[in-house]
Amino acid sequence: MGNRCAVIGVGQTRYQTKRRDVSIAGLVREAALRALEDAGLTFKDIDAVVIGKAPDLFEGVMMPEAYLADALGAAGKPMTRVHTAGSVGGSTALVGASLIQGGVHDRVLVVAFEKQSESNATWALSTHLPFNASLVVGAGGYFAPHIREYMRRSGAPDHIGTLVAVKDRQNALKNPYAHLKIPGINRQMVESTPMLWEPIRYLETCPSSDGACAMVLASEDKVTGTPAWVHGTAMRSEPMARADRDTVSPQAGKDCAADVYRQAGITDPRREIDVAEVYVPFSWYEPMWLENLGFAAEGEGWKLTEAGCTAFDGDIPWNASGGVLSSNPIGASGLIRFAEAALQVRGMAGEHQVDGARTALGHAYGGGAQFFAMWIVGAQKP
Amino acid sequence: MREVAVIAFAQTQHTDHDEGLTDFELIHPVIQEVKERTGLSRFGFTCSGSCDYLAGAPFSFVSALDSIGAWPPISESHVEMDAAWALYEAWVRLQHGDVDSALVYGFGKSSMGDLREIMTLQLDPYYLAPLGLDQVSFAALQASAYGAGRAELDEIVRRSRADGRNNPHALDLGDPAGEEFEVAPLRPYDVAPITDGAAAIVLAAGDLARELAERPAWITGIAHRIEPHYLGMRDLTRSPSAEAAGRAAGVGKGPVDVAELHAQFSHEELILRQALELPAETVVNPSGGALAANPVMATGLIRIGEAASRILDGGAGRTVAHATSGPCLQHNLVTVLEA
Repeated sequence: MGNRCAVIGVGQTRYQTKRRDVSIAGLVREAALRALEDAGLTFKDIDAVVIGKAPDLFEGVMMPEAYLADALGAAGKPMTRVHTAGSVGGSTALVGASLIQGGVHDRVLVVAFEKQSESNATWALSTHLPFNASLVVGAGGYFAPHIREYMRRSGAPDHIGTLVAVKDRQNALKNPYAHLKIPGINRQMVESTPMLWEPIRYLETCPSSDGACAMVLASEDKVTGTPAWVHGTAMRSEPMARADRDTVSPQAGKDCAADVYRQAGITDPRREIDVAEVYVPFSWYEPMWLENLGFAAEGEGWKLTEAGCTAFDGDIPWNASGGVLSSNPIGASGLIRFAEAALQVRGMAGEHQVDGARTALGHAYGGGAQFFAMWIVGAQKP
Repeated sequence: MREVAVIAFAQTQHTDHDEGLTDFELIHPVIQEVKERTGLSRFGFTCSGSCDYLAGAPFSFVSALDSIGAWPPISESHVEMDAAWALYEAWVRLQHGDVDSALVYGFGKSSMGDLREIMTLQLDPYYLAPLGLDQVSFAALQASAYGAGRAELDEIVRRSRADGRNNPHALDLGDPAGEEFEVAPLRPYDVAPITDGAAAIVLAAGDLARELAERPAWITGIAHRIEPHYLGMRDLTRSPSAEAAGRAAGVGKGPVDVAELHAQFSHEELILRQALELPAETVVNPSGGALAANPVMATGLIRIGEAASRILDGGAGRTVAHATSGPCLQHNLVTVLEA
């Protein structure tokens, strides 16, 4: 894992459908300046910038790091652009952390964004090369069959997805940056919305958001303020077309979790992790990832959700921020998970702070559930 | 820093037209070649570079995982940049000390679209892209600002193409001829050719490098810098980011036998020679460089591979590789390799 690394600053924009008041540069700069302010630093103090976002077709700007170098104070410094599909926000944090863990830099600014209002993400995701697997019509069309297979295998009752959709939106009401805020959200409201991709209803899917998130990462010597220490980092990828790949509970997710738990000395994630920010873009992915990440035995994840274990007042709160279901600037969604995990262990999550959070998991996934990025952060120095 | 070396390099026989290969068909042979050459079938880390806009589809890098045999799942990342930056990320990852090998690859098929127009989409979408200046026009502005002599540019192209004809992987292009301009002052032959291709490199640390290669090409310096995007904020006659990256990588700390420069336009070679303060005796782009084969997103990685190969094959003791990204040499990465 290399040298010690800590999060010393977090900045987020308000997530919403359209940010007409800012350009793409203005959007990323807003998050970056807030992260720097949190760290008590300025652009001058930063050694390198790492930027991530999902496909460039979402905004129609190819390799936008070239254009965004000025807005992020990167001129004269190294700048790297990460793209690992939906997991990219998480990977961006890990590439930034790697620069510190490898002893190359002392202070790194990581930023991820999406300005989905610049285009139509569903159609940007639906073009594909001849003779290659397609993501069908949008991500929901691709993942719905995986969810149905999970329901078949586990025998989970139909309402579990609804419970997650309600729980995450209730949490979002406590998060000033969250996009979807639906006062009085309840099961009936979710169940009355149209079916998009069986069994995913409208309110069981993530919104399309504009937004950016940024973090300042520091080496041990440069830690200021309240740090969230990085205890483990891992990425795993697996091929789309392997014949015996389990798309419901991918091996890459299991391996990535095992790696990050090993580094952090975690043997029982359900008990040793206090709060988890997990990439759940469709409600059913909460029970699926509960199993994939080892919080529940195979086929048992939905029971934790049903029993309220993952609720804000449960024994293992998942997505206290409202999660991807409440805010989804796609390229930033993974970084937001990592940043929210850091805020929790810094005790700086505000109204959605989980009492006594000392150890947190940040998780992101992408592609056809084949790219995974995770980290464990803690209040204690590792 | 931890000792890390290039121990194997492979590249396709680049073509000036679409051969009907998908991205993963293009990559597969070069991945196999570096696996066979090193005897490694698994790597501690894998990183690649490619660009969705060349394929005209999102996630063009995803199918590449199928061709590299990513099973059991691998520790892997991707940059939407030239794969030279993927190599940088892998080099950083090897500094952690817990893994000893890394696979890096890049690929691009610029035959699939109109590269000049596609590269224009890299510009600030609000203030620059709508002006309609394309990549070649931008380069012409820089060539004009630099004020290179025609004879000097012609000689760069003539030498690059002659070297390219001797490089089995590069295109066979004739001596420069013709008086017409592409965009003045650049003639068509001053512009790197449309090329499809891929390349792969294996990095290894310390003892593993010594075990797997007779003469590893040790990375003794590697650094990159970006500069402002807007041309009005830059002195186009020089490349301050290449100068800074070259100093940080330590180019001037020893002799430079060979330099492989990612010059996609002939005048860029002149700017880069100055920025890196290359001695007169340095042999520049013996492979033919980007002017003889420019598989976009792999071209920069190929420069590192070519510079490393001169050491691996015993022909040189200290070499420099350069990669670039962004309009008018906005972003530059410099690698110093030593025997």
